[in-house]
Amino acid sequence: MTATFTVEGLKVAIGAANVLRGVSLEVQPGEVRGLVGESGAGKSMLGRAVLGLLPANAAVTAGRIAFEGRDLLAMAEAERRRLLGRRIALIPQDPMTSLNPVKRIGAQIGNLLRHHLDLSKRTALARAAELLTEVAIREPERVLALYPHEISGGMRQRVLIAMAFACDPALVIADEPTTALDVTVQRQVLQLVERLRLRHGSAVLFVTHDLGVVAKICRSMTVLHAGRVLEEGETANVLTRPRHAYTRALLAATPRADRPAEALRPVPPALIEQLWSEAHRLDDVAAVDAA
Amino acid sequence: MRWGELIRRLVLVPPTLFGVAVIVFVLLRVVPGDPIAMMIPPGASEADIGRLRALYGLDQPILQQFATWLGQVASGDFGRSISVRQRVLELLLARLPATIELALLATMIAVVLGVVAALAGILLRGRRAEWIVDGGIGMLLAIPDFLWALILLLLFGVLIPLLPISGRIDPEIDLNLRSNFYLIESVLAGRFDIAFALLHHMILPAVALALPFAALVARLLKASLAEAEDQDYAQIARARGYSRPNILLHEVFPNALIPTVALGGVQVTLLLGGTVLVERIFSYEGIGNMAIDAVINRDFPLIQGLVLTFAVLFIALNLVVDLVVTMLDPRLRYG
Repeated sequence: MTATFTVEGLKVAIGAANVLRGVSLEVQPGEVRGLVGESGAGKSMLGRAVLGLLPANAAVTAGRIAFEGRDLLAMAEAERRRLLGRRIALIPQDPMTSLNPVKRIGAQIGNLLRHHLDLSKRTALARAAELLTEVAIREPERVLALYPHEISGGMRQRVLIAMAFACDPALVIADEPTTALDVTVQRQVLQLVERLRLRHGSAVLFVTHDLGVVAKICRSMTVLHAGRVLEEGETANVLTRPRHAYTRALLAATPRADRPAEALRPVPPALIEQLWSEAHRLDDVAAVDAA
Repeated sequence: MRWGELIRRLVLVPPTLFGVAVIVFVLLRVVPGDPIAMMIPPGASEADIGRLRALYGLDQPILQQFATWLGQVASGDFGRSISVRQRVLELLLARLPATIELALLATMIAVVLGVVAALAGILLRGRRAEWIVDGGIGMLLAIPDFLWALILLLLFGVLIPLLPISGRIDPEIDLNLRSNFYLIESVLAGRFDIAFALLHHMILPAVALALPFAALVARLLKASLAEAEDQDYAQIARARGYSRPNILLHEVFPNALIPTVALGGVQVTLLLGGTVLVERIFSYEGIGNMAIDAVINRDFPLIQGLVLTFAVLFIALNLVVDLVVTMLDPRLRYG
């Protein structure tokens, strides 16, 4: 079976600084994979590289990003644009700034559907109303005629989720979609993503720093630190038996009701190198164990 | 803009105009320079001067003069010009349409040039050629309208005599129009020969007025486009597979238009101010040209009428700009 999404040895540099230093990961069809790490670990940069949204001063220096076996980086611009938004979709981080403020919700969803699915204006609007119903928005026709500033942040995020799943994508990259929302809305959004991915048969790469979110919805997870993969595997295994000191620190830093959280201290570069070699030793140990 | 806001703005118009009237009235009379001195032949007797002074009411205290004038203005009488000896209102109504048409044409030219330059600049963003667009805009901005007027006049009126260099229309053409909005009326009436003759005369002064304003529009719009293109919604549009020209036109441009109109719209007042010198250079019969004569002749009633006219134009322009911005930005509606 071809993986939906494969990243191999991806390196991204901003100027002289390497933000991704050889990241590999795989997402199988229908899989929900969490991509976790603290701020600056490079998890958002990975998503941006896939979507062609790297900042102007950043460049992919090595590696491969493949979607359903086809190399996204080597592909012609026009061909990649046909995939983006249709087969590969994004749920953005901040619902407040991610919708065009001067265009009605209906026009924004409608344009996306017409762009990729070649629908008529009327069919597109009817389909947009259905999509809003799917994300539990009541009176969808009324909402279609509203501007983004006229609906709440949670509702905007639901509109953005509807847009992500609009063309039945094979892969949805959710870029910290719950970070900007308050806790009660967060839960609704997670349930929605779960419901829609099942209905549309999409795999999800869920980028987050929230291990609680990962535990809830991701079957597998990848831990990123300082541009490298430190640990990856089934979520249950990684969370209950973290192999790496950093993952343990990350877990300890998660606030819980029954104990105070430990501060996740910033890790100095020298220590990162040490951690990295340690991780490899761990891998070696694991390999020896397996043998 | 809400209705309440609109009404509030309209209510503020009379006090604003009153303030302008007080300032211009007092300034004219405390600054040295006397309309009577400009009229009388050398060696006129003190008695004659006194009689003239009394004729125009200039012998009375300022407060008294102001009260008399204000009473007249309130009933639609702006008095009689001292130098031209015609009613000020008639002079204004005859000349104002010429200036409005010139300013409108200049604004249209400036908007077209400015939008094209801004779009070209943003498409070249980050490339070396962007520098050429920015340099061109800077150069246009650095040269004032009256200097453009002289340059254009020399180039296309004298060196390569393609275009007429003075007046609003050839005197031998029989206009036979009802209003003084010659260009607008002739276009509406389908008399394109007259419209063409008018445009022939207007193009040089209009371009002179338009060039610095076009540069301003281009710079504002380009900066607004660049800012809007960096916003999340525009970035996300790229992740949806839209092409860059598509995003610039449909996602970014409607947003960039808002600050451009808000900031650039009120700058049309600069262009209106520019008509004074540019009309003079091209002997164009608008109120700007008339203003210079009025000042030279210390024609108090005419200057007062002209200043009030410009004040009304500026206020109206600001109001129109705010209404347009409200139309462009849904966040400012209803509220």
